[in-house]
Amino acid sequence: MPNPPSEQELNEFQADASAWFAENIPPTPNFMMPLTFMEVGTDEQFHFLVDWQRKVYEAGYLGASWPKEYGGGGLHPKFQNVATEVMRRLGSPIMLNTIGLNWAGPLILDMGTHEEKERYIQGILSAEDIWCQGFSEPENGSDLGNAQTRAVRDGDEWVITGTKTWTTHGTYAKYMILLARSIPDAANKYAGLSFFLAPMTVPGVKTQPIRKLTGEYGFTETYFTDARIPADCLMGEEGQGWSVAMRTLEYERNARGGQAGGLSILAPDHSEVVELARKAQRNGRPAIEDPVVRDRLVEYMIEAQGIMLTHQRSAIAPLVQDRPMSIPLSGKLMTTEFTRRINEFAITLLGQAGAYYVGEPEAVDGGISQRAYLNAFSATIGGGTSQIQANIVAEHVLGLPKH
Amino acid sequence: MSNLTTSIKITEEQTDLLESASQYCQDKSSIETVRGLIEDEIGHSPKVFTEMAELGWLGIAIPEAYGGAGLGLAEVVPVVEQMGRRLMAGPFLPTTLAAQLVLAAGTESQKEKILPQIAAGTPATLMLSEPHAHFDSTHVECTAKRSDGNLHLSGVKCLVIDAHVAEWAILSVQLEGKLALVVLDQEALHKCTQRREVVIDETRRAFRIELDGLRIPEDALMHPERVEAALIKIELAGALLASAEMCGAGQSCIEYTVSYLNARKQFGRPIGSYQALKHTTVQAHVQIEQARSHLYAAAHTFEKDENREIAVRMLKASAGPALAFSADRAIQFHGGYGFTYECDAQLYRRRAIWGESQFGDALHQRRILADLIL
Repeated sequence: MPNPPSEQELNEFQADASAWFAENIPPTPNFMMPLTFMEVGTDEQFHFLVDWQRKVYEAGYLGASWPKEYGGGGLHPKFQNVATEVMRRLGSPIMLNTIGLNWAGPLILDMGTHEEKERYIQGILSAEDIWCQGFSEPENGSDLGNAQTRAVRDGDEWVITGTKTWTTHGTYAKYMILLARSIPDAANKYAGLSFFLAPMTVPGVKTQPIRKLTGEYGFTETYFTDARIPADCLMGEEGQGWSVAMRTLEYERNARGGQAGGLSILAPDHSEVVELARKAQRNGRPAIEDPVVRDRLVEYMIEAQGIMLTHQRSAIAPLVQDRPMSIPLSGKLMTTEFTRRINEFAITLLGQAGAYYVGEPEAVDGGISQRAYLNAFSATIGGGTSQIQANIVAEHVLGLPKH
Repeated sequence: MSNLTTSIKITEEQTDLLESASQYCQDKSSIETVRGLIEDEIGHSPKVFTEMAELGWLGIAIPEAYGGAGLGLAEVVPVVEQMGRRLMAGPFLPTTLAAQLVLAAGTESQKEKILPQIAAGTPATLMLSEPHAHFDSTHVECTAKRSDGNLHLSGVKCLVIDAHVAEWAILSVQLEGKLALVVLDQEALHKCTQRREVVIDETRRAFRIELDGLRIPEDALMHPERVEAALIKIELAGALLASAEMCGAGQSCIEYTVSYLNARKQFGRPIGSYQALKHTTVQAHVQIEQARSHLYAAAHTFEKDENREIAVRMLKASAGPALAFSADRAIQFHGGYGFTYECDAQLYRRRAIWGESQFGDALHQRRILADLIL
C-alpha cells in the first residue's frame, strides 16, 4: 500500500474533487434517480448511470486506491474515501456497477491471478463490463449454503444448470459471480460448492425480468440450461465456494477493505425528511410545528448521527478493541433498518397525500417517499436479511450459541 | 442539520486512561464489592477514592496551576465509562463536577484553595437540585440574604450526592433577585440537617439538606456574572459524565445477559439459541454501540466546539434509553431469576433510572434538541 498522505495532500485532493464534481454532476434527468443499483429499472436509467460512472472513473475518482497496473489510481485508500465523501456531499448519482466495484473487484484483487486482474478490473471500473451476482436461488435465499445450481466438469469446461434469482442487472451483465454445486456428494452442503466468475454471454443463459413490489423492474431470474463456461472461470479451488462467497460478503459488509469506493447508495438524508416536515401540513400548520412530529424527527436525527458516528468510530482502534467485529458486522443491519424506518416515517408526514403513488401528478415529490420505502426492503432483505444479520451479530460478535 | 458536524477523535491521553481505568475498575469493583458497598453506610471505599486521586484522576480536568493535569473532560470520560462498567461506587463524579463548577465560576482565591485539594483527593459535591426544579438548574427557590457581612441561607436541596463525605459543596441560591452560587465547607455542611434519601440506585448515597438557619461569610459567593453560563456548562458536563457511566454499564449489562443466555438451558438447548432472545440482545447491543459513539463524539467536542450542546444532548438522549432497554431486557431474559434481588440485572435497571434522573432525561433532551436543530 502507498504511504499515508499528508493532511495537505488530502486537502488538495479534496479541493480538486469538489471542483470537479461541482462542475460535472449531471443535471437532474426527467426520470426518477435510482437511490441504489437495485433500483435501476429502465434502459434510460441504466445508460445514464453507465455514462456517469465512466466519467467519474476517467476523472480518477473511482478505484483511486486500486492498483495502477490494472486500471486503478494506485493511491492510498484515504484518497478514495475523500472522493466518495465529496460525491455524497455534492449529491452525485450512484456508481452503477456495484457488484463489480464492491464484490467481484475486491475479490479478484484479493484472490485472483495476474491474468484475471488484467481481464476484469478495468472493465469493472469503467462500467464497460457490468457484473451481477448469482448466489440466491428461488428455493434458497437466506440458506445460501444449500444452493442447488449444478456445475459439472466436462473437459476444459464447466456445464452449469439451474436457476438463480434476484439477479440485479441480469439483462445487462457480462459476468456473474456464481455459487454452484460441483460436488453433490460432499461431506456437507458447504463443501460441495464452488465459486465461478461466469460469463453471461454464452449459450444456455436466459434472463427473465422480475416485477418488484413497487411495480417496477430491476431484477431477473437467471436460468442456466447446460451453459458451458471455460474451466478457468473457477475462483479458488473446487469445493471452496462457500468460503470464497463468505469472503465476498465481507467486502460487502465492510468487514474487509478493498472496495473500489464511490457512492453506491444514496442514503435518504434525514435533512430531506426535515425538509419534508417543513413542507407537509398537519392540522393546517406545517408538520414541523407539531410537537409529536418534532419529537419523532429528533429521535431519527439522533439515530442518524449515532450511525454516522459509529461508522467513524470503527476506524479508531482503542474504541473498538473489545469487540473488533461488532461495527463491521452490524453496519448493514443498523443502516438498512434505519433507512426503512425513516422512509416509512416520511410517508406518515405526508398525511392524506401519503395515499398517492408514483405517476399521480398530486403526489408529493413525485411519490419518491412511497417508492423509497418500498424499495428499502431490497436492502433489509438482499445481501442477507436483517434477521440473518442479527443472527450473525449474535453469534459472531456477542458469542451466543447457534443451536 | 449543517450544524451537526461533530466527529469522533481520540487523544493519546484518552487511550491511556481508557486502558488503565479499564483494568483498575475491574480489579477494584467486582460485583461482590459492589454488593458489599450497597450494605455499607458510607457506600464506597475511601481508600479506593484516595488511590484514584493518587493516580491523578481527580485532577484530570483541573489546570496544572491548581494541581491538576490540565486536560479536559474528554479525558475524564473514559475513566467514568469504565467506572460505570463496573457499577463502581464513590464520589468521583460529584467531585469532578464540583471542581468544574469552581473552575467556571469560582473566584481566584476559591480556585486556589479548593482545586488543589480536590486534585489531591478531597471529596466535593453539587447542591443544585431542588424538590421543584425538574431538570432546570436555574429554577432555584433556596435563598440567601445579606446581613452584617454574612449570608443567611434558607430552603431545601435534594438529591445531593455523597454529602456525607463531601468537604466542599457548591450551592445555588437566589440572592437579591438573582441566581448566585456559594461555596460551603464541611463545617457549614455539617451544621445543616441532612437526611439520607432512599434512592433507586442503591450504589448511590444522596441526601436532603435543609439550609434554614445556616450563616456563612459573604466571601463564600462565587463570581456573580459567571453564574448562569457556569450552571449551563455544568448541566452539560453532568449529562456527559452520567452518560459515560451509562454507556459503560450498558456494555457490562449485555455481557452479563449474554453469559446467562449461554449458560441457561431450557428444552435441552441454551436459551441464547432462541432468536427471540438473540435478536433483542443484538438490538440492545447496537443501541449501546451508537450511544458509545455519541459519547466519544461529545467528549471530543466538549472543550472546543460550539456544537457541544447538541452533541451532549444527543448523547444523553441516546445513552439513557439504551441502558434502560438493555437492562429491562436483562431482567426479562433472566426469567424467574431476573425477578430476584440476587440477579444483577436489577442493579443495571436501577442504574438506568438513576442516570435518566440526572441532568435531564431523554424526553427533556429531545425537547431542547428540537428547538436547537429543527
